[in-house]
Amino acid sequence: MSLITVERIKLFSTRSPWWCMIVAAVLSIGLAALATGFASGPDELRVTPAMTQFGVGLGQMVIMVMAALAVTTEYRFGTIRTSFQAVPQRAALLLNKTIVVATLAAVVGLVASWGSWAIGSLLASGADMKIDTAAEWRLMFGQGLVYGFAAIFAVAVGILIRQSAGAIAILILWPLLVESLLPLIPKIGDDLQKWTPFTNANQFLNGGQDMGLAGADAAGASTALSPWWAMAYFAAWSIGILVIALITASKRDA
Amino acid sequence: MIEAKGLTKRYGATVAVDNLSFEVKPGKVTGFLGPNGAGKSTTMRMILGLDTPTAGDVRIDGQRYRDLRQPLTKIGALLDAKWVHPNRSARAHLAWMAASNKLPKDSVDKALEMVGLTSVANKRAGAYSLGMSQRLGIAGALLGDPEILLFDEPVNGLDPEGIVWIRTFMHRLAGEGRTVLVSSHLLSEMALTAEELIVIGRGKLIAQSSTNEFVDRASGTTVKVRSPQLDQLQGILQQQSLVTRIEDVEDQGKVLFVEGEVTTDKIGETAAAEGIVLHELTLQRGSLEAAFMQMTGDSVDYHAHDEIAAVTDVAAVPPVSGVEVAAGPKEDN
Repeated sequence: MSLITVERIKLFSTRSPWWCMIVAAVLSIGLAALATGFASGPDELRVTPAMTQFGVGLGQMVIMVMAALAVTTEYRFGTIRTSFQAVPQRAALLLNKTIVVATLAAVVGLVASWGSWAIGSLLASGADMKIDTAAEWRLMFGQGLVYGFAAIFAVAVGILIRQSAGAIAILILWPLLVESLLPLIPKIGDDLQKWTPFTNANQFLNGGQDMGLAGADAAGASTALSPWWAMAYFAAWSIGILVIALITASKRDA
Repeated sequence: MIEAKGLTKRYGATVAVDNLSFEVKPGKVTGFLGPNGAGKSTTMRMILGLDTPTAGDVRIDGQRYRDLRQPLTKIGALLDAKWVHPNRSARAHLAWMAASNKLPKDSVDKALEMVGLTSVANKRAGAYSLGMSQRLGIAGALLGDPEILLFDEPVNGLDPEGIVWIRTFMHRLAGEGRTVLVSSHLLSEMALTAEELIVIGRGKLIAQSSTNEFVDRASGTTVKVRSPQLDQLQGILQQQSLVTRIEDVEDQGKVLFVEGEVTTDKIGETAAAEGIVLHELTLQRGSLEAAFMQMTGDSVDYHAHDEIAAVTDVAAVPPVSGVEVAAGPKEDN
């Protein structure tokens, strides 16, 4: 428990995590307002709860940046050495950091998803915004899960790369570009994409959602797995990379 | 007690620390002396379990650092004062450290008080001067009230006030019965601070002894004599096959220097027996610089060679910023 306290003090005693969390929530909710607020007349009736969630994915990027920075700033300022000196059981320390960051990310994810839905229901009051299908419940609560595991993924990349710019570049380019450009590879590209982590996270959230006005394409690429298996697959990626990161950090010189 | 056995660290083809064995004795200030790049910081990082030795090991009271459960209560260290998050307050910095070792709640306030940072404890550490950062680092080292303390170049870059503060503080810590290992490339600083010396050059052990012994062994002792009957005394001493020379020293006139296996007692007794009047009889030690040069020989390339006085008066206070000895590649921190 004391290591949770350590990481909680570290995270909340600087300002940047607060800003990242606020930006993530504001970005999500703001985009939901834009996506629903401009729909009027017959369009307004075609707004669905899933349509309020596009911005939440953007907020997820910000949270991943926060999660990576929670590690890379320690390397940047040398506090990682003070940390390892205070707690030579490095894996335990970093695991507790991951837990704190991931829990916080999950909370922000839920604030973002429900906040976005709330503003959407307010602005598109004519539409049926009730959360009443299993897919919609999965989407709303699933954002917390995806934020949490995305944060684990980001912490692990931060531990491996140890450097803010590099880690952030990977975390942004990977989901946004690498995974979506894979289908350009002839023959195998589509199959490769089906087994990438963030495409599966998207499958978990958006698979089988009613995208209404935005059209079915808005759900993004789908994968071979059912939503919950896709989530498990994404989680396995995050935990796998984290394990590699913890082993690496325990072995190498600080 | 810190005990290193065959400690070796290689980075590719470069050997930073080469088969280093030493002991840091409890209850004393031990100076860890060597030129820049000699492997002092690397050794300290290995003591603290931050770097893994390529071969050999180092133990703290028989335990490896990584096996310590609440290391801050056993060994406190300040390797780099800049290892704090610039946007975190000193209090928060110490608070997480205290939490990590389950230290009592008042330990943070006590440590801040001890180094005199209480009034600025809630300011962000990035706004601190180097002297204040150094104090914060020392507060971190003292947080768990450890019996062993490690400081890496603690006076580097400090102003005279800061240097005096650190020096006094270290004596106080040793006075409290703590074991202190402090590294420096400033020989004169070590002469003032350390009782024991571990001297390394290019990663190898050059000497481990008390500071006095180190100086004696390396450069011998000289006795300085002033007397109105210098020539007579010189004659008698030469008959006892002692090496003597007479020099003109500014403001003091002619001065006799006697070298080799000689004590002030012996010369004083000889003079009394012959009825020779003495105006001054002083034992002079070789400076740490001279000793260092002599001991390290070809294991360092030094460039400050010409400026080093071979012998300084033992009673005189060495200058605050001593001679720097540079050697080998710059240590990567």
